[in-house]
Amino acid sequence: MSNLVTGKTGDWEIVIGIEVHAQIISQSKLFSGSSTSFGSEHNTQVSFVDAGMPGMLPVINSICVEQAVKTGLGLNAKINKFSIFDRKNYFYPDLPQGYQISQFEQPIVGEGKVVIDLEKGVEKEVRIERLHLEQDAGKSMHDQHPSYSYVDLNRSGVALMEIVSMPDMSSAEEAQAYIKKLRNIMKYLQTCDGNMEEGSLRADINVSVRKPGDELGTRCEIKNVNSIKFIGQAIEYEAKRQVDLIEKGGVIKQQTRLFDPKKGQTRSMRSKEEAHDYRYFPDPDLLPLTFTDEFIEGIRKTLPELPDIRRKRLVEDFDLSLYDAGILVSDKETADFFEIASKDSNSKLVCNWIIGELFSTLNKNNKTIQESPVTPENLGKLINLIDDGTITGRIAKDVFEIMIESGDNPVSIVDSNDMRQVSDEGELESIIEKIIQSNPDQVKSLEEKPNLMGWFVGQVMKETQGKANPKSVNELLNKKLLK
Amino acid sequence: MTSLTELCLYEARDGLKNKSFSTKDLILDHIDAMESSRKLNAFITETPEIALKSADLSDENYANNTNRPLEGLPLGVKDMFCTKGILTTASSKMLSNFIPPYESTVTDNLWNNGAILLGKLNNDEFAMGSSNETSFFGSVINPWKKNDKQAELVPGGSSGGSAASVAAKVGVGSLGTDTGGSIRQPASFTGTVGLKPTYGRCSRWGIIAFASSLDQAGPITRNVKDNAILLNSMCSHDPKDTTSSLKVVPNFESSLGKSIKGLKVGIPREFFQDGMSDEIIKMWDNGKEWLKNAGAEIIEISLPNTKYALPCYYIIAPAEASSNLARYDGVRFGHSVNSNDINEMYELTRSDGFGDEVKRRIMIGTYVLSSGYYDAYYLKAQKVRSLISKDYSEAFNKVDVMLTPSTPNSAFELNEKCDDPLSMYLNDVFTVPINIAGLPAISIPSSKDKSGLPLGLQLIGKPFDEETLYSFANIIEESSNFVSLDDKWWIK
Repeated sequence: MSNLVTGKTGDWEIVIGIEVHAQIISQSKLFSGSSTSFGSEHNTQVSFVDAGMPGMLPVINSICVEQAVKTGLGLNAKINKFSIFDRKNYFYPDLPQGYQISQFEQPIVGEGKVVIDLEKGVEKEVRIERLHLEQDAGKSMHDQHPSYSYVDLNRSGVALMEIVSMPDMSSAEEAQAYIKKLRNIMKYLQTCDGNMEEGSLRADINVSVRKPGDELGTRCEIKNVNSIKFIGQAIEYEAKRQVDLIEKGGVIKQQTRLFDPKKGQTRSMRSKEEAHDYRYFPDPDLLPLTFTDEFIEGIRKTLPELPDIRRKRLVEDFDLSLYDAGILVSDKETADFFEIASKDSNSKLVCNWIIGELFSTLNKNNKTIQESPVTPENLGKLINLIDDGTITGRIAKDVFEIMIESGDNPVSIVDSNDMRQVSDEGELESIIEKIIQSNPDQVKSLEEKPNLMGWFVGQVMKETQGKANPKSVNELLNKKLLK
Repeated sequence: MTSLTELCLYEARDGLKNKSFSTKDLILDHIDAMESSRKLNAFITETPEIALKSADLSDENYANNTNRPLEGLPLGVKDMFCTKGILTTASSKMLSNFIPPYESTVTDNLWNNGAILLGKLNNDEFAMGSSNETSFFGSVINPWKKNDKQAELVPGGSSGGSAASVAAKVGVGSLGTDTGGSIRQPASFTGTVGLKPTYGRCSRWGIIAFASSLDQAGPITRNVKDNAILLNSMCSHDPKDTTSSLKVVPNFESSLGKSIKGLKVGIPREFFQDGMSDEIIKMWDNGKEWLKNAGAEIIEISLPNTKYALPCYYIIAPAEASSNLARYDGVRFGHSVNSNDINEMYELTRSDGFGDEVKRRIMIGTYVLSSGYYDAYYLKAQKVRSLISKDYSEAFNKVDVMLTPSTPNSAFELNEKCDDPLSMYLNDVFTVPINIAGLPAISIPSSKDKSGLPLGLQLIGKPFDEETLYSFANIIEESSNFVSLDDKWWIK
């Protein structure tokens, strides 16, 4: 597999580093008691602290600190027992204090690593440089009035984790796999809901290109890309833009760019010269964060099983292939669904049905697995009906269709629709007799074309509306026709 | 009948307890005094209606014996404390229309203890200044005059209104804030007692921030006992201020009269400066003598980094201020000058809303935090700050308190130093190091200079040892026989 971009002058390598802003799952904001719930009426979740009123002081929300430590542990990262909050100073109407409280030189979490899953089972390690805590700004809205901008401070002060990777990714696919994995880990940890549409997870992508073996090129930062698809598009566009520019004799200037999803292009937002001087300095209103080993170990004890470990367990406990287990754990809810469904059922069949029927139906209806009308318990029951011969595999698909439509229990669907498999030999024999007698020509041809046996099976199935036990049908047909 | 304003805090308290007069009588006299002292320009906002209403409640409480520690006592509050529903300006045009919807923790504590607000006191704009001349609402005039009774003098700053009002007997005490000497220097200039508590002793919540790592609220009163009583009602641990202390608040009043026999008083040699006036030296010597006579041991000590304190302060305080004052942008509250361009709106609002001294400090602060200058200025100043703190903690291994002059000179004339910020900054040379080290310190009037103006001695204590400061201050007060102001020239 090659990640190289081919230009006029030969091949180029892409170098990608990513800063993720992940909104912490917490009831209240990082430094105030205001609610963090999404979608409320504008400016209804704003305390005097969030509005930057005179004399107001921030007080750290310990839940957010624990969430950041938990995330750090989930990223196999070093937890810094001493960290400090800094002020990042700049003016903007959605930044009420005139500064953002962040962490600069001494973040709460240091170096870590994430293993990303690529195609064909390939794995790659991406190093994490740091994770720090910071408060979100409010939201400026420029499309509400022809000549005014509006500000909504509901988001002002909400806790974010900024997770900074090393420039270890070299393709759009890797960057996407990284975001997916990071999101998945945080969902497992319950530290970020990973909802990119609502802005709970946003990514700034640093892209540069170089000839293989050369020093790192000058990077451009693409700000606030908010979907996995756009991340791929933005990287591909940006890498090509840089290669074209250099090959035309141009020079890449360090700058901040924006991705325009409508055009599929990035455009310059500001150059390095125009960059803010943020005048970081330690926030005198807040004490440093200091942790004991007991505190960190206490949080480590609360860590849930993370996707990589869960994958191994699914392989061992449920006899799944590494590939299938990988698909299941890549989304926490899917793996949860699987484990409930296969509690008392054939796990391999459950897995096949999830990855096959269920995924394709959900995709078609644009639903997530949490919105599935088929509950994991009901899927398990369906598998059991197949497994114990109550229904045939063919009928199972019909039952599944009805389950999707109605959400009903498969057992009652089978009963009320008379869908049980016909295994009674007498009943099958009389049906087979009838078919043999009505089709003497086919019986004759059978000697030359043994494949015609399939046609007879089909006829029996047709006669029984698919309920005939295929094994019994085969046995009986063999007995009658291949004497 | 003499006005009840002649009574100090504890006398008024005792009078009310003994039902010698009613709270209403006390408040009415103070409202009269406040109205007839307008020439001093100590108050920005007078709140007589609130005071009278509170007086009725206090009288009820006295009648029902449910009176609280400061029940019915009229106080002025520096306009840096947010008071709910009452104009709070920081003496700035920027907040000239700002009515906070919340009450600062310290003032809330006082009202819960029964104290009564007389009005909001003038100060240097955003507490930046040493003469109360930078206020948008005009200078405060010192009630003291030289023997010749001629020129009008500054009361010191930034808590100029707080000191002047107490010296003029408008209120039995007042609240100030002290970032680099803003309580002690004006106390020294007005013959009053001013204490800056240990950093963290009083909550900063609801106090308009100047420099967060240095700001501390404190009381200004006419005597040491009043000061101790008032401080007791101000302090508390406040979960809303992470930097407020969890330390138990002792009964400060009971430390008055305690023996200081055998305790050690450090005299920091570096505070003795070339060109120091004879009067200051004499006052300092007197102070040593009084404490020695009371049984204390006088020891010369060294605080080698003292000379760096002022430059260190004038980097750290403006740096923090430049960030703390960024919220005054005209977007949500306060003064605002409209424009179609957001950057222009900021420029117009802040150019018009802030005075020269505030702008000067914002510019200094922005400069010292700027990329390329941060290490040379801010970071270095932080290192110096630790060295200064270390000087003090080491010296306090050897002594129990330190004694120094509060200021290098007595009150100066209005406009005398307005155009010379450096000479103005030098006024804080003895007080600034204490804020840098986060220690408690008190200024006590101890003598008068040739022209009849008050001079103060400063006692510096160990962290959270305000009690020892009060014991020593009490002895200086008793030994000095300082005669307080009697000529109310402003009423004539």
